[in-house]
Amino acid sequence: MIIPPPPGRPAAPLDLELVQVTKRFGSFVANDRVSLKIPSGTFHALIGENGAGKSTLVKCIMGFHTADEGDVIIGGHSRDIRSPADAYQFGIGMVYQHFTLVPAMTVAENLVLSRPDLPATIPWEAERKRLNAFMRTAPFQVDLDQPASQLAAGQKQKVEILKQLYLESRFLILDEPTSVLTPGEADEVLGLIRRKVEAGELSVLLISHKFREVFGFCNSVTVLRRGKVTGGGLVKDLTTDDLAAMMMGGPRTPRTVAKADRAPGAVALELKGLRADKDSGVPALEGLDLCLREGEVVGVAGVSGNGQRELVEVLAGQRPATGGEVLVHGEWYGATRTDAARHGVFLLPEEPLRNGCVPAMSVAENIAFREFDRPPIRLAGCLVSRRGIRGFAQGLISRFGVKTRSTETPIGDLSGGNVQRAVLARELGPGTAKVLIAANPCFGLDFAAVESIHGQITEARNRGVAVLLVSEDLDELLSLSDRLLVMSHGAIVHETTPAQADVKVIGHHMAGH
Amino acid sequence: MNTESIGWWGVVIGILAGAVRGGTPFLLVSLGECLTEKCGKINLGLEGTLLVGAMSAYAISYKTGNPWIGVAAAAGAGAVMGALHAFLVSRPKVNDIAAGIAMLIFGSGLAFYLGKPFIQPSAPQLPGLELGGWSAMPQVAAALKISPIFLLGIALAFLLQWAFRSTRFGLRVRAVGDSPAAARALGISVGRTRLLGITLGSALSGIGGAHLSLFYPGAWTEAISSGQGLMAVALVIFARWNPVHCLYASLLFGGAQAIGPSLQAVGVSTGYYLWNASPYVLTLAVMIATCSTRRTLAGAPGALGVPG
Ligand SMILES: Nc1ncnc2c1ncn2[C@@H]1O[C@H](COP(=O)(O)OP(=O)(O)OP(=O)(O)O)[C@@H](O)[C@H]1O
Ligand SMILES: [Mg+2]
Repeated sequence: MIIPPPPGRPAAPLDLELVQVTKRFGSFVANDRVSLKIPSGTFHALIGENGAGKSTLVKCIMGFHTADEGDVIIGGHSRDIRSPADAYQFGIGMVYQHFTLVPAMTVAENLVLSRPDLPATIPWEAERKRLNAFMRTAPFQVDLDQPASQLAAGQKQKVEILKQLYLESRFLILDEPTSVLTPGEADEVLGLIRRKVEAGELSVLLISHKFREVFGFCNSVTVLRRGKVTGGGLVKDLTTDDLAAMMMGGPRTPRTVAKADRAPGAVALELKGLRADKDSGVPALEGLDLCLREGEVVGVAGVSGNGQRELVEVLAGQRPATGGEVLVHGEWYGATRTDAARHGVFLLPEEPLRNGCVPAMSVAENIAFREFDRPPIRLAGCLVSRRGIRGFAQGLISRFGVKTRSTETPIGDLSGGNVQRAVLARELGPGTAKVLIAANPCFGLDFAAVESIHGQITEARNRGVAVLLVSEDLDELLSLSDRLLVMSHGAIVHETTPAQADVKVIGHHMAGH
Repeated sequence: MNTESIGWWGVVIGILAGAVRGGTPFLLVSLGECLTEKCGKINLGLEGTLLVGAMSAYAISYKTGNPWIGVAAAAGAGAVMGALHAFLVSRPKVNDIAAGIAMLIFGSGLAFYLGKPFIQPSAPQLPGLELGGWSAMPQVAAALKISPIFLLGIALAFLLQWAFRSTRFGLRVRAVGDSPAAARALGISVGRTRLLGITLGSALSGIGGAHLSLFYPGAWTEAISSGQGLMAVALVIFARWNPVHCLYASLLFGGAQAIGPSLQAVGVSTGYYLWNASPYVLTLAVMIATCSTRRTLAGAPGALGVPG
């Protein structure tokens, strides 16, 4: 029996149960009879490989997708949730894996717009007072008048979480909320949410790839593998190895690639006094100097929003430099397609679906972007071989373990992690890279994928590729880099090596002191 | 004082009067286009809507004897055209530019067909506000005879400006136009918001048509519009999707349109046709001057020109 939403929103945390939920996309089964139970006031984790169906499952709860079979039970009654607005009525809120801020609107407007009970005309003065009062109790501060498009990934994620707190959701779904946060920020955010759970204000369903978060903050866990529940239970009864085995369908041996002992070679990439502006015209890079040699990984750490994005965009040719020089192998580098091919400069951009893919084009076409205009894919003249594209992509898809239904699936339909792998396959697959620029390459990947990407990067370095690794994950930087730079306010402010690194000192420089 | 003695002042007055009279259809259509584009879709069919509006206003004013009912009819006819466009562009794989061109041709065809019987008879006109009574010069008095639709347009420009910031509908329109995916995640119905926005926008340009046939030039002919509906699209870009800037831009374009005729009125007829081209030259000049390859157009709705 289906009962309509109750009048008024609940004040206590919800208990939620899924019974035999099945969701199909065409003939593909993304969720196969999934059942799970989250009692009121608990912090539940949902884990699984990339493409396991985690996001699909929670989108069914939110009414974004409609489950083909099965029931969502809230407070003991089967409920029919047909849209996110219905979910809101039940007190369910979600932070999506992909951002849902309206770029042209300010943070304040985004927060206000998210209220489904928005009055027809908005009394901005009263609304501002409410927002300011809310911000005083908020766990982190964001400039309310900044347009969302000007925020860095980490700041956007904070706004997404603030939005849910502002809406006073009683059941919070978080889809990989910390992939863009530094470990410190992640602990801060999850710690705050954990306190709200303990205070009896919230129930939480957290999707994560980080065991650290599962063990640090959650009460119970469910593991999905290829759409099916393969295990779960109370966190205190489980170990990392148990979870890994449930995720991968068997025990697993860690495979790390060791850094070969080699001295760095000739200078591959050199930036001299590089300057660039943000979209708003405000300077983002203020005379950045950097030197990268063959066979070394140089890590760039920093709080998001200090010019990292603009740096990568300049190197990618997405943003003009306003001053300074980029030299590759001693020659002026203009980031054109010809330059990139000639010097072997390859790139793993952040948010690859937005920065490195055409979402509506197929996986095969996206993977062939670097190669489609060269033989053997290019036939005589300007003809391109469809079969060549497919064959080329097929090889890389299996080598890099991209999970896709076919080579012709639009890349936008892939799970977040698999988009990342497809781009990685395109950039590292041909093996012609001499300079690799990677920005947050493990954003949102499961641990097996992280391990494999870290392995690929180290292998590339061992082969003599010069790697510039821009990342917000300090652990990643410390384990992969040969040299570590800290970026703040558009310039390099500190240099160290992982062996000598003092996390406190780095944190200090990151904060701009 | 007689006509001759004001000389070059006549040109200035002519241009100012033209800015208000000729700028009014620009204003209404550009506000309509602005609202439409803020929803993330373009409506090139507003030129057709303008003609349909002009024709319906004239016909209904003639039949009922009340020009205000004519204005209402123009708005209604515009709304119907807009709803049709909104329906078309909401279908998957329909391109809004192509649909807009179809609507343009459909709209003008419909207006010419239904308007045939109304070319001869004369319909009651909208009363103008005589703000120039203090002046003894007939030119000044004529220039200060203001169309009520112009006043409506000014009010609407400020109303829209306010609405985009401070009403639920306005925020939803901006969300839908900038990031439909985000809007969906917020539980906003993209289809419904666009339907409403495009329909209202089209109704505004219908009212712009009423100004043409019921105030200035004040008759129904097939040549009543000279591409104002299309130029309004450029005007909206020039105004950076800001309704109040649309008002200023409309006045500028209206004034530019009046340069040729005003010069001719004082006897300067060299380059008459060249002067008549000034609004178009102005469009190009403004575009070139304000476009930058460095920055994306500030204020451009993110979903504009993106299918879906
Ligand atoms: N709209 C869609 N149409 C077709 N297939 C889809 C759609 N959305 C998701 N899928 C497929 O469903 C599967 C599960 O995707 P989902 O996004 O739920 O994975 P996930 O567990 O969240 O992975 P990740 O950790 O990478 O985010 C994937 O194989 C994906 O390709
Ligand atoms: Mg996911």
